[in-house]
Amino acid sequence: MQVDRIEFGIINPELIKKMSVAKITKTELYDQEGYPIEGGLMDPRLGVVDPGVRCRTCGGTVGECQGHFGYLELTKPIIHVHYAKILFALVKIFCRKCSRVLVSKDDLEKSKGKKLSFKELAKLSKAKCPYCNTEQKKYKFIKPYTIVENSDILNAGVVREIFEKVPNEDLEIIGLKTRPEWLILTLLPMPPVTVRPSITLETGERSEDDLTHKLVDVVRINERLKENIDLGAPDFIIDDLWELLQYHISTYFDNEISGVPPARHRSGRILKTLSQRLKTKEGRFRGNLAGKRVNFSARTVISPDPMIDIDEVGVPEVIAKELTIPIRINERNLEGIKAFVNNGPDIWPGANYVIRPDGRRKKITSVSKDEIAKELAPGFVVERHIKDGDVVLFNRQPSLHRMSIMGHKVRVMPYRTFRLNLTVCPPYNADFDGDEMNLHVLQNEEAQVEAELLTIVPKNIRSPRFSGPIVGAVRDHLSGLYLLTHGETKFPREAFTQLVRGVNVDVEIPDKSHLTGKEIFSLFLPKDFSTEHKSKSGDVVVIKNGKLLEGTIDKAAVGAESGKLLDKIEKEYGASIVKRFLFNITKLSIEVLMSMGFSISISDQDIPESARKEIQETIEKVRKDVNELIRNFESGELKVLIGRTPKESLETLIKRRLNKALDEVESIIEKHLKENFTLVMAKSGARGDLVNIVQTAAMVGQEMVMGERMERGYFERTFPHFKKGDISLESRGFVSRGFKDGLTPFEFFFDAINSRESLMDKSLKTRHSGYMERRLVGALQDLKVEYDGTVRDSENRIVQFLPGEDGLDPSKIERVGIDVRSVADKLFG
Amino acid sequence: MSEVLQTNYSDELPKRILEEIEKVAKEKRLKKNEAEKLTEEVKRRYFVSKFEPGDAIGIIAAQSISEPATQMTMRTYHFAGTAGIKVTYGLPRLIEIFDAKKDPETPMMTIYLKKQFNNAEQAKKMAEEIVEKDVSNLVSNVSLNLNENAIELNVFDKRRMSAIIKVVKEVFTDLKVREKDHTIAFITKDVQDIKELQKLKEKILGIHVSGIKDIMNAVVRREADDWIINTIGSNLEKILTIDEIDGGRTITNDIHETMQVLGVEAARNLVIGEALKTMQEQGLDVDIRHVMLVGDIMTFKGAVMSIGRYGVAGGKTSILARAAFEETIKHLVRASIRNEVDEFKGIFENVMIGQVIPSGTGMFDLIAKFDE
Repeated sequence: MQVDRIEFGIINPELIKKMSVAKITKTELYDQEGYPIEGGLMDPRLGVVDPGVRCRTCGGTVGECQGHFGYLELTKPIIHVHYAKILFALVKIFCRKCSRVLVSKDDLEKSKGKKLSFKELAKLSKAKCPYCNTEQKKYKFIKPYTIVENSDILNAGVVREIFEKVPNEDLEIIGLKTRPEWLILTLLPMPPVTVRPSITLETGERSEDDLTHKLVDVVRINERLKENIDLGAPDFIIDDLWELLQYHISTYFDNEISGVPPARHRSGRILKTLSQRLKTKEGRFRGNLAGKRVNFSARTVISPDPMIDIDEVGVPEVIAKELTIPIRINERNLEGIKAFVNNGPDIWPGANYVIRPDGRRKKITSVSKDEIAKELAPGFVVERHIKDGDVVLFNRQPSLHRMSIMGHKVRVMPYRTFRLNLTVCPPYNADFDGDEMNLHVLQNEEAQVEAELLTIVPKNIRSPRFSGPIVGAVRDHLSGLYLLTHGETKFPREAFTQLVRGVNVDVEIPDKSHLTGKEIFSLFLPKDFSTEHKSKSGDVVVIKNGKLLEGTIDKAAVGAESGKLLDKIEKEYGASIVKRFLFNITKLSIEVLMSMGFSISISDQDIPESARKEIQETIEKVRKDVNELIRNFESGELKVLIGRTPKESLETLIKRRLNKALDEVESIIEKHLKENFTLVMAKSGARGDLVNIVQTAAMVGQEMVMGERMERGYFERTFPHFKKGDISLESRGFVSRGFKDGLTPFEFFFDAINSRESLMDKSLKTRHSGYMERRLVGALQDLKVEYDGTVRDSENRIVQFLPGEDGLDPSKIERVGIDVRSVADKLFG
Repeated sequence: MSEVLQTNYSDELPKRILEEIEKVAKEKRLKKNEAEKLTEEVKRRYFVSKFEPGDAIGIIAAQSISEPATQMTMRTYHFAGTAGIKVTYGLPRLIEIFDAKKDPETPMMTIYLKKQFNNAEQAKKMAEEIVEKDVSNLVSNVSLNLNENAIELNVFDKRRMSAIIKVVKEVFTDLKVREKDHTIAFITKDVQDIKELQKLKEKILGIHVSGIKDIMNAVVRREADDWIINTIGSNLEKILTIDEIDGGRTITNDIHETMQVLGVEAARNLVIGEALKTMQEQGLDVDIRHVMLVGDIMTFKGAVMSIGRYGVAGGKTSILARAAFEETIKHLVRASIRNEVDEFKGIFENVMIGQVIPSGTGMFDLIAKFDE
């Protein structure tokens, strides 16, 4: 069954009565024995919420019976808060006496064909009725739901009377498709108890839903009003009660109307009524309809495993025994499935449930498993444990892009964490400091096939964002490959066979006594692969016919988000080859690290005395230059930069000088630092860069807040220890020491200020960009590519004739688009 | 999808690629059959790289833009290039663009000059000329002479005196004028007390003398072979009327202004250019195709629409999708009074009721034909 359309409209009193099964008249909910009272708000005809009871109307039990509406006959008509404004607009359009539209025929003639809004109609309305010539009164609207006529309150009953008389043809004129009197309530539908279930506490006490509480108020005041009218009470009492009923019904619909005190629970808590159930992120729409809870999912901590394949996920056995896939038995798979059932629920790979052809579900236990196995026959469905090779969806929040959910192949493993290959960390943005991830098991063949063909990791290596690889080598992978391929390191046969065999037993080992690192790496390249690119440090990397001839493999070659080799191989050989290549080289890298050893030390960042002296001199020179600038500024000789005040110019010039200083120090460090593991990390792109080393070893540099040197704190100074108006380096947050040397208290404080700023910035940013994403998705979600190649929205309106002006999918092309030149090179050499 | 649309499936390569093939063929001196072979191969690659019917191109674009936006700075201002002009940038600017704000926080123009005027002097002269100046900008000192009921202005540049007198006279015709050295005195008859004289002074100082309205400051800078004038404040319409200016390259960063002066297509290109620039400034790599889609959806109706609830997202036909997006109650009430119908053609609506969404592999139905 397919839902085709939903029509919205206004319910009429007749329909309310027709769909109701009970008339509510009583204020009490239960009698002395605790049974629901007939005619009360928990009337047994309204549905069931307690297990074991059957519905008086439909005979269903909990779950079967959806509940049935009742109705309340309102003693006096009531305005629906949400329609109050529309009522006011309508009142102005119709004659007070004869209920005809106040707009003259001529005016209507003029605007024929154009749909007029209520506002425009009100403007065109005549002061005297064109039909009966009655003088119209002035209306005023008082928020939230009062209409005033001259100075008297126009009560809902009168409004309803006016509307009742409006002829249908006049409704057509104003374009209203419902009877306007239906906007005023005379009958109130009482929602079924299933909508507002009561909870029985452990003590046996019943706790009612907020909605029930509110409805009790409504019913009570309604009954009181009726009694008072029957008794002939004075008008002011009746008016007061009417107003009170209006209040209760208004808050029943919406408990957050401005200008109306919200209805409260006895404890003082504000009640959640109808509107509050729908609104906001946790409301029905965004909370339950747009986002749904699912079964067949698992969540646990993740940990790395470089030995499992890129498109695999390690699933703990405990989890594998809980998650199941339904398999329908036929003649061919009967024996295989029987084996699962024979294993039972406790031995993996087993099965948890059997569904008989008649639809009955039976749990498999260690006791019943043999019996169930015997009766298995084609037509039965067995829910078997997931096993190696099943494709499941794996996800890490926040799910910012498509690659946050990818298909992985299951690999059941011991212990209690999900294991994943490190190369898929970048798309998930995962690390292992306690991150948890979710896993979803697909429950039918269609979904499984789609997952395997569309969502599996190799198909997602290329990110649609920048058409480059998002899966790639990270951290240690890069250090290892750098060590292997940098320079001409020779490996004796014993060492290199060890390395190669550790990676892949299928690789043919050349018959040589020594291999260079580059040659070892080349073993894993496709045999006819040739390319050239610039490495991270700017050298040329040359690969010809599957041989790495020149250059070092680093982040620019195989790293996530930048890997040139991955990009090329994916395009020329396809997803599965690049997957194998990446898996091989990352394993190779780890083998290299294990055989060579890799450890860093704080002494890596020791710099020789000569360098220290050089740096000191640089800093001195900076200090002198800056003082010179300040002197010039004070004497007014500073050359002012265009478009800036002298003060701004000074700041800019100082900042420029300091940036230059940091570069100078960096080059000094680069010159003097010996090749060590810390430097390898920086150079290969594994972690950190030279700036981090400079900041640790030599000089932190200028601390900035909002892009300016430090200015905050006290009047005209950053600390009371400085003179007022001091704009020298020290007092404005310049840190001339490195972290290793230690910072002075001032410097430390400045550094803390800087850190705090970036922390605040980050938390603010996530909020803003999150909302931007929501809005962007809201605007773009319905766009899709049609069979004719155009981009259209859900209304079939064309937004683009050719997506992206060339029709190319960024997740299928190389970064440069279609590289005609390389195609030509390949074809004609 | 109708049959017509299926048969219209075009099999031609985009112009840009065809041109590149030609270029490469020429360089490599390919023979005719070789060039054809190349075209065939490129064509093959082109077709496998095309979007497939059903691709949820919108969501991909939205994600591709907002995923890296998490890494943008919140710091609002920064100096554009070497020129000293403060502009909004980073995430706030990106949000500003997508919101299609009526008045950008930092309106700015980049003005190029025609070839014959493309030199330092002309650029400097032009920059000087276009900056809006009222009387107060040209005057170093103002004093009130209570004896004579006069307002005395001390002018920086003597040459400007006549211009000032002229514009002031245009507004206040009955003022008497007296010139002396660097001072102009405006003498009035009908002002009695000092308060009114003060008011008159303010009015005189606010009179526009020269330059272009809203251009607050102009800075000249050099970029490759071009002398560029950057301005704070924007007035595209007026600037484009100046002869020396290369109107083809001169741009403002105000989307609505561009829309008014140059039309939707220009506004679309500006949205795309500005959004892409904002992201590239931060070193974020986003394919231009995604930004194009945003630019297109903001302008495809012929006017600039914002992305949020009052623009594209609020203009959707599905009531449920709108209700789920923002202002739930408002949309439901409106739908009820207007007897609206939700047709379940979009994605959100179908997710809500648990139906297969009409895109990707859910876009088509399978109709089996059985033998009778």
